[in-house]
Amino acid sequence: MYLRPEDRARPSRLALRIAVVGGVAVTLFAILFFRLWTLQIIDGASNLAEAKNNRTRSTKVIAPRGKILARNGDVLVDNRTSLALQVDPSKLPEDPAEEAAELTKIAELVHMKLPQVRKRIAEEEKIVAAGAPITVRRDVGYQLIYYIEEHKGKFPGVTVEKVFVRNYPEEDRAAQVLGHTGEVSEEELESGPYKGTEPGEVVGKEGLEYSYDKVLRGTPGISRYQVNALGEPTPGGRLTSTPPTPGDNLKLTIDPAVQEAGEAALAERGLPGAFVSMNIHTGEILGIGSAPTYDPSVWTKPLSTKQYEALSSEETGDPLFNRAIESSYPTGSTYKLMTALAGLENGYITGSTVVDDNGYIELAGQKFENSEGAVNGPISLVHALEVSSDVFFYKLGARMWDNNDLQDWSHKMGIGVPTGIDVPTGPSAEGLVPSKQWRDQLFEEELTERPWSQGDDVQLAVGQGDLQTDPLQMAIAYATLGNGGTVVTPHLAKEVMDAAGRVLKEIEPGPRRHVKIDPESRQLIMEGLHDATAGPGGTATPVFAEFPIEIAGKTGTAERLGHLNNQSWFISLAPYPDPDIVTVVTIEEGGFGAESAAPANKQILEAYFAKQLKKDSEEATEEETGEVIGGEEEALLEEAETGEGG
Amino acid sequence: MMYATRARQARPELFVERPTIGERLGLAHMDWVLTFAAVGLIAFSVFTLGQATLRDIPGSPNYYVERQAIYGIAGIVGMLILARIDYSRFRELRVGIYTFLCVSIGLVFVFGFAARGSRRAFELPFFAFQPSELGKLLLVLALAGFVIDGARRGSPIRRTIRYLALGLAPALLVFLQPDLGTCLVLTVGTLAVMYFGGVPWTHFAVISGGIAALIALVLVVAPAVGHPVLKEYQQQRLTSFLHPSAEPGGAGYQQDQSMVAIGAGQKTGRGDQATQTRLDFVPERSTDFIFAVIGERYGFLGAAFVLSLYALLIWRALRIVTL
Repeated sequence: MYLRPEDRARPSRLALRIAVVGGVAVTLFAILFFRLWTLQIIDGASNLAEAKNNRTRSTKVIAPRGKILARNGDVLVDNRTSLALQVDPSKLPEDPAEEAAELTKIAELVHMKLPQVRKRIAEEEKIVAAGAPITVRRDVGYQLIYYIEEHKGKFPGVTVEKVFVRNYPEEDRAAQVLGHTGEVSEEELESGPYKGTEPGEVVGKEGLEYSYDKVLRGTPGISRYQVNALGEPTPGGRLTSTPPTPGDNLKLTIDPAVQEAGEAALAERGLPGAFVSMNIHTGEILGIGSAPTYDPSVWTKPLSTKQYEALSSEETGDPLFNRAIESSYPTGSTYKLMTALAGLENGYITGSTVVDDNGYIELAGQKFENSEGAVNGPISLVHALEVSSDVFFYKLGARMWDNNDLQDWSHKMGIGVPTGIDVPTGPSAEGLVPSKQWRDQLFEEELTERPWSQGDDVQLAVGQGDLQTDPLQMAIAYATLGNGGTVVTPHLAKEVMDAAGRVLKEIEPGPRRHVKIDPESRQLIMEGLHDATAGPGGTATPVFAEFPIEIAGKTGTAERLGHLNNQSWFISLAPYPDPDIVTVVTIEEGGFGAESAAPANKQILEAYFAKQLKKDSEEATEEETGEVIGGEEEALLEEAETGEGG
Repeated sequence: MMYATRARQARPELFVERPTIGERLGLAHMDWVLTFAAVGLIAFSVFTLGQATLRDIPGSPNYYVERQAIYGIAGIVGMLILARIDYSRFRELRVGIYTFLCVSIGLVFVFGFAARGSRRAFELPFFAFQPSELGKLLLVLALAGFVIDGARRGSPIRRTIRYLALGLAPALLVFLQPDLGTCLVLTVGTLAVMYFGGVPWTHFAVISGGIAALIALVLVVAPAVGHPVLKEYQQQRLTSFLHPSAEPGGAGYQQDQSMVAIGAGQKTGRGDQATQTRLDFVPERSTDFIFAVIGERYGFLGAAFVLSLYALLIWRALRIVTL
């Protein structure tokens, strides 16, 4: 500074002031360096993460759901791609007038009216988790994508999404057990089996789709790309992308031939009913069906209330209801298996015990009669099963009335206990074996007008009264007898396979438990059941007389409250004497067992034994003509079977 | 700006020689540390700008660099020339300088053009001239002249009031343009001159109290009674640094994003991966937020280097005052 000395501030004062400024500068720089250090070194990693997150957007790539295949590889459920017009409600204008204009434009795109679009959005908002885009219309054309891509600015929040939709090539085949899928709802997101899914994701809601959801559901992929501050993708900004992992395929134990025959047999009769066909050693279900049925593809589109009612109301026979595993039926004479076992194993009777069947018994003034007034005279167990003498079993039931022997054996054989099948069932699936304790308890609580009486056990002995069971439980009981005492776990899933067809997991649930059955008891009952289909007085002999494979079987004719006609039952174990499969058919209001259920049962057995029957008839033909026919076809058939799952 | 110092004593001239260019420029008397800091900052700024704005103007990747380099060279030339001038002579021109300063700022109201709602500059054939920018320098020069001139006139209180009036008059004009930023610079400049001019501490205490009261009045009382002095955005600019994350996307967005950018640079920077500043998350990256660019691109190393250069610059500048 070039000031006259007298002009200058006194040096000491100036020096002090400079020192103060210097001190302030040092402090400020220290703060700056310290801030820089915290920002870049201490918080550097998190800032870097935020910066990276800033510049990336991710979109989800939907994974196709696994297929569901029949035992031979036939496709029961797969996917088709569909284009869905979706709207993100949060991106719609807030101003009501503008929103209406926007929605009108969207409505025009998909040839709908504004109120319809509003209704769709309102309905979906109730179901779909918050934040998920709402599908206004499914199965729109490709033209629409191009149009929307070209006019993006005009339709904020509108996207055309490629979605996978369940496809059912066999339409209503095994509809109730296959179940259906749907978008995960808001409550479901938070807990339960769908944990980890995102809003809008498609999950299994019923049937096998539900129980094997984790297997079938794939993992969505993520496509990440770089955007600028306006959210526009930057050129060459594709970062990483994780491809979606398709869900695994599920191969079922279902034999399409058995399944088809069973469903056809029910459909032919046009009455509500059900069938189950199961391997008695492994519990593999070869066929299972419930009539009336429906095509599950209705679930791929939004269901109207009317449509849903048609699927679940009593007038339409409730097609969603699976009569094979959820019904609460009396079984009629097919229940005599349990009575006979309880009688033999507890020493009430032996094979040679003879009971006089004079056509009825009388208990406390109440008369219990054979059906159609039959009088069988002196009769032993085998014969009683053959001709289905009610009096024999009435008397047996009457002797067990004040203990739990019949109920115990019923439970042992799987009646009135959960079956463990691998599809979800309603509360009715457990069924009920009425017992003294049960009824007396009800009476105490004043829920019924009388306590347990001898008549109740008499009724139960022939599958009537308060008994509530279903075809699957009966199948398990007969299978347990057939295999000598193993209570199998019925199951529909056989293998989990990856998309390439490699088997990832075999599903073999072991037996649920073992029941000790005296081989002699088994032998006696099997004999009686065989005679019922082949003996001169057998109730089902007229149906099976011409059937080339020997079987054991039992007819049932059940009176059901509120139903005018009897419910027809037939349960077969085939082939006799060493059975492989059990087949149960029941037809509501189908009349006598031999009238409708037995012929239907035979249709299923024909399908199961088709190969063998064909061979037999060929041999017969061969003997006559000396020619081999159909060898080529059989080779083809075999090829089809081994070529599965590719 | 920097001022080379002259030797206090003339050296004995043993030989009469034609002075070299270096001697004519007074290079021997330059403060090389100071020069290093200034030139280093210029060079680093050109370098950073070059890397940060490559894609800003399609077709001319060097648009900003070229201009910055030209200004930088012009600045260095200006520095060399000014270093040859004994700035204490400007004292004699203080009245002229001060008059020019106030008149030119005043004329902006009449002839200036409006940009973004504020009149600050004249439109000249090649560039826009903003008197208040030059005014920052001129006010310091003129005010320093007045301070020295009046060092022994009047009571200290009268002197203090005079300086304040002289300094705040142009600041008020600039505030009315409105240009809050430059107004604050002029005010701080005025106070700094007064500080080094020896205004008593007690006066500063009173002035500080006045400023605090003014801030309270402007930011709290005036809006409360319905006569805001500041416009909404001005107020936000003054207060948003207190709570930058209060509304991301709002007033604090730029601060938030620039802090993330600086932090993301970590130790050695992200180079061309500097997405925060490259993809516009930090706005105004070639001007106001250039430090965020440095922080993100070159990390702690680069940012600390620049801060060190500034520290150097200030240290040397303060040192000159004591010479």
